[in-house]
Amino acid sequence: MNARVLVCLIWLALPVHAQGFAGLGQGGDGYTLPEPNPDFSFPTDHGAHPDYRIEWWYLTAFLEGEDGQDYGIQWTLFRSALTPEGPQVWMGHFGLTTPDAHFSGERFSRGGVGQAGVSPAPFAAWIDDWQLAGPDFDNLTLQASTPEAAYDLTLSANGPIVFHGEDGFSVKSASGQASYYYSQPFYEVAGTLDLPSGPVEVAGRGWLDREWSSQPLEADQEGWDWFSLHLEDGSRLMAFALRGGSPFYYASWITPDGTLTPYYGDALALEPLEKALVAGRDVPVRWRLRLPAKDVDLEVEAVNPQSWQSTLFPYWEGPVRAEGSHSATGYLEMTGYE
Amino acid sequence: MNRAALGALLSHWRRHLVQLLTLVVGLALATGLWTGVQAINAQARLSYDQAASMLAQDTLPRLEGALTLDDFATARRAGFLVTPVLEGRLPRSTARLLGIDPFTSPPAPGTPDLSEPGDLTAFLTGDLVFVAPDLRVPEGLPETRILPDLAPGLMLADIAAAQAILRTGAISHLLVLPQAGRSPEALADILPGTTVTYPAPDGDIARLTDSFHLNLTAFGLLAFAVGLFIVNAAIGLAFEQRRPLFRTLRALGLSARRLTALLAVELVAFTFVAGTLGILLGYIVAAALLPGVAATVSGLYGSGMAGELSLSPVWWLSGYAMAAAGLALAGGQSLWQLARLPPLAPAMPRAWARARAETLRWQTGLGLALLALAALLATFGEGLIAGFLCLGGLLLGAALLLPPILSLMLDAGTRTARGPVAEWLWADARQQVPGLSLALMALLLALASNIGVGTMVGSFRSTFTGWLDQRLAAELYLTAADEVEADAMLAYLDGRVDAILPIVSAATDLEGAPGEIFGQADHGTFRDNWPLLDAVPEVWDRLADGEGALINEQLARRTGLWAGASADLGAGGERTVLGVYSDYGNPRGQAILGLAMFDATFPDASRLRFALRAAPDDVGPLAEDLVDRFGLPPDRLVDQAGIKAFSLAVFEQTFAVTAALNILTLGVAAFALWASLTTLGTMRVPQVAPVWALGLTRRQLALTDLVRAIILAAFTAALAIPVGIALAWVLLSVVNVQAFGWRLPLLADPGGWLRLSLWALLAAGLAAALPAWRLWRLPPAQLVKVFAHER
Repeated sequence: MNARVLVCLIWLALPVHAQGFAGLGQGGDGYTLPEPNPDFSFPTDHGAHPDYRIEWWYLTAFLEGEDGQDYGIQWTLFRSALTPEGPQVWMGHFGLTTPDAHFSGERFSRGGVGQAGVSPAPFAAWIDDWQLAGPDFDNLTLQASTPEAAYDLTLSANGPIVFHGEDGFSVKSASGQASYYYSQPFYEVAGTLDLPSGPVEVAGRGWLDREWSSQPLEADQEGWDWFSLHLEDGSRLMAFALRGGSPFYYASWITPDGTLTPYYGDALALEPLEKALVAGRDVPVRWRLRLPAKDVDLEVEAVNPQSWQSTLFPYWEGPVRAEGSHSATGYLEMTGYE
Repeated sequence: MNRAALGALLSHWRRHLVQLLTLVVGLALATGLWTGVQAINAQARLSYDQAASMLAQDTLPRLEGALTLDDFATARRAGFLVTPVLEGRLPRSTARLLGIDPFTSPPAPGTPDLSEPGDLTAFLTGDLVFVAPDLRVPEGLPETRILPDLAPGLMLADIAAAQAILRTGAISHLLVLPQAGRSPEALADILPGTTVTYPAPDGDIARLTDSFHLNLTAFGLLAFAVGLFIVNAAIGLAFEQRRPLFRTLRALGLSARRLTALLAVELVAFTFVAGTLGILLGYIVAAALLPGVAATVSGLYGSGMAGELSLSPVWWLSGYAMAAAGLALAGGQSLWQLARLPPLAPAMPRAWARARAETLRWQTGLGLALLALAALLATFGEGLIAGFLCLGGLLLGAALLLPPILSLMLDAGTRTARGPVAEWLWADARQQVPGLSLALMALLLALASNIGVGTMVGSFRSTFTGWLDQRLAAELYLTAADEVEADAMLAYLDGRVDAILPIVSAATDLEGAPGEIFGQADHGTFRDNWPLLDAVPEVWDRLADGEGALINEQLARRTGLWAGASADLGAGGERTVLGVYSDYGNPRGQAILGLAMFDATFPDASRLRFALRAAPDDVGPLAEDLVDRFGLPPDRLVDQAGIKAFSLAVFEQTFAVTAALNILTLGVAAFALWASLTTLGTMRVPQVAPVWALGLTRRQLALTDLVRAIILAAFTAALAIPVGIALAWVLLSVVNVQAFGWRLPLLADPGGWLRLSLWALLAAGLAAALPAWRLWRLPPAQLVKVFAHER
């Protein structure tokens, strides 16, 4: 794909630019807007919502190899409607992180020809031969590859889907921008990573985010820092901060049985402790994360500070380990660092 | 010493300005026509390369067959990195349309910038297309934006938008991007009925247009040769006239080596001046002819070419090189003689008296040898180069034979002469043949090539028009937007027309080269009209029964497969050749299967185009009905006359450039004649003076000069006609077959030949008029002086 051609997608699909990362702060005129008190219907809602401007299927997994090393994988399928009437375009991202290397890849597709798409039941999300599919949302396999690296993983959920914000209506700013947002944070993951050095058997825990909206960011919000953590006691924690002129903080505390409690604003504290020079810019790779209501006080550190997704819209995404009040593993995503 | 000697040498040119002008203009014309043609060729080559490198199509393998975007998705989901491409000609235009998928196309020249907000959306929805800078955009298309990187004649659109414009659901091919561990052949296994083709070392277009450019080059070379005749005449004359001067300079102590060196310096100076003028002239010629060439190339081969010149330094240098080579060729002989000249060699004005029998015998021998070579090449030669060598042999041989033949004719005339004046006239004419022979040769070449090319174009035109009448037998040609509309149209047309003949086709390799297969219904339209060159008995019944295929003449000649043979039709399978049909204007191979067989072989081919047969009176109302009922844009319902007009326009364009070069060549030949006669006029004074002294008036002498020039031109024209016909035959039966793959009958055009001969006589008359007028007005004192000067 020619970079020039798809620079335009910066305006469409993903989160980093003047008007919010990748234009997520632009108007939603003509698109359907998320409404409070959503009434989800499954498996239909696992599929695409073409009336909304953007949507993604976002899988991350922290994995431990038989060789004792930490690994992380990311696989994302983005959908974007260029206008309320279409056309639809698709973008896939591949990420694979080892303690000393990071592999990234991306694919693009037009809508409507079957090169990329999502079917709710049986569930399948694909672009080219990259595919996340299975009989249902709880039991999936994932295959994707780049010329340098590949993964082939099995995912099975041992807990329910959880809904962020107010029953899945996730507010993203003080003035009410919002998205529909739910996750499946209970995947047990196992399989094989194909690395330049050879195959590695891995096992670990995965987290799949589903989110769609038409205007998720305030125009002056520049980017976000997003954490998903699996705590050793079986709890899960998702936390994000939207940076910029109208900062916004949010956290979801998820008990092992899948009960979710949302926390807003000052309830969450995020503090960068250390920055690293990544792809020519300073990016925080060690954080202090506090959620006092749950006695959480963690130091979160990147497994590999250079987990840079050198895609058309570049961003940082990689596995993390956390210590402090709890011990945890998970994923960190950071966008909008210039 | 050098300076004085050079001054003395150059003083000759100051006193003979016309000679100087002749030399410079002759060389400039020769160089100009040659460099002009080269500029056109270079420009074309550049455009082809640019077109070939679009989307890196010149380097990537491709998968061909009856493909759709579904197949593209299938290939991508199977893990193959492919990108779809749709190529086609814009309706009612010579522009080529290229449909691409911006999401999967490789980074390559000509990819548009869609980074402005809204551009990607507009591109994907077909509201924005990109065009090459020179493209004239037909009406009714969406917003167009100029993309400088785009190859000439090209319009770029999103693939879905391109499908809508071309009214097809198909794509032309899938480009296979490099990918470790996966071969394009493995993809062909997934998509049955497809084949992998690899890019040819030189592009498709370059190969197709080779013949056209070789044609232009041949004309350029011809013009150069004709121009050189002028230069040779002028230089030869100048050397002869300066022999007394050379003798004086040598006698004063100037060494032969130094004298030769000084004259070489003089030639270099001429090279520089005439070369510069020639290059400027070449630029003008090229700029004037380029739009025509571009239109030809896009019409004939469907490939674009920039309408503006961009010239490389190599081109400028080659112009000088050509001028220098021309001067060396024309002046080398004289220089060589001079270097060996004894210092006090008699300085006799023998300039025009070198017509020795020996020279004539030598010319006769070489001329006959060249003609024999041409005949051998025509019979046994293979390839386009052999074809053009044959042309060269024919023309040069005929030119060399001209002076001996003219001498023979004039000898015969002398024998019939009665009385001293008539005898002197014939003898004087014969005396002038050597001096005029070069100019007359140039005239012969120009006339012969005019007659030859004119006959070829005429033959081609009438054959082509007749063929179009046969081939375009249906009254209306209809294109549906999609299958649904096609069904609605068929339902509506049922009972309203005499016949509905579907037009279906699929792209595939035919005997290893890209081509197309058509499906043809069994109908009287074809049985009665289709032009077959070769066929098995009951060919139409057997075609309808699916026993084999028809192939076009191009394919038959390329492969040597004629009726009864078996041909590999790629995705169409191995088929018996039932017949061969003529297919002018199509550079590629083509085959026809019976409709039932075609449907079975290519079930996915789109069925959106139809030929309609109707009573002539019904055609108008029916067309209006169709337009009203289905809201058809003009390009989707075309009547026979419209297609014919378009085809003929392409044809006329093809030969417009040839005609222009022809006229230029004739002009150069006329100039050569004028130049020779003018210099001859001044040289002949000593020969004319005695006759004048014997009582013939200057008026009578001038008139006889004029008549003699016209008679010589008439003889030349008479010889040029058979040479021209031979040339036409070589063009039609040898060069055309090699270049385009078809052979045409030679149709005589006596009226045209006569007209051209008259033009030649007029040109000769005009060329002789000025020297004759000068002779008429020559002061008697000058004639008397001839007797006073001791020579």
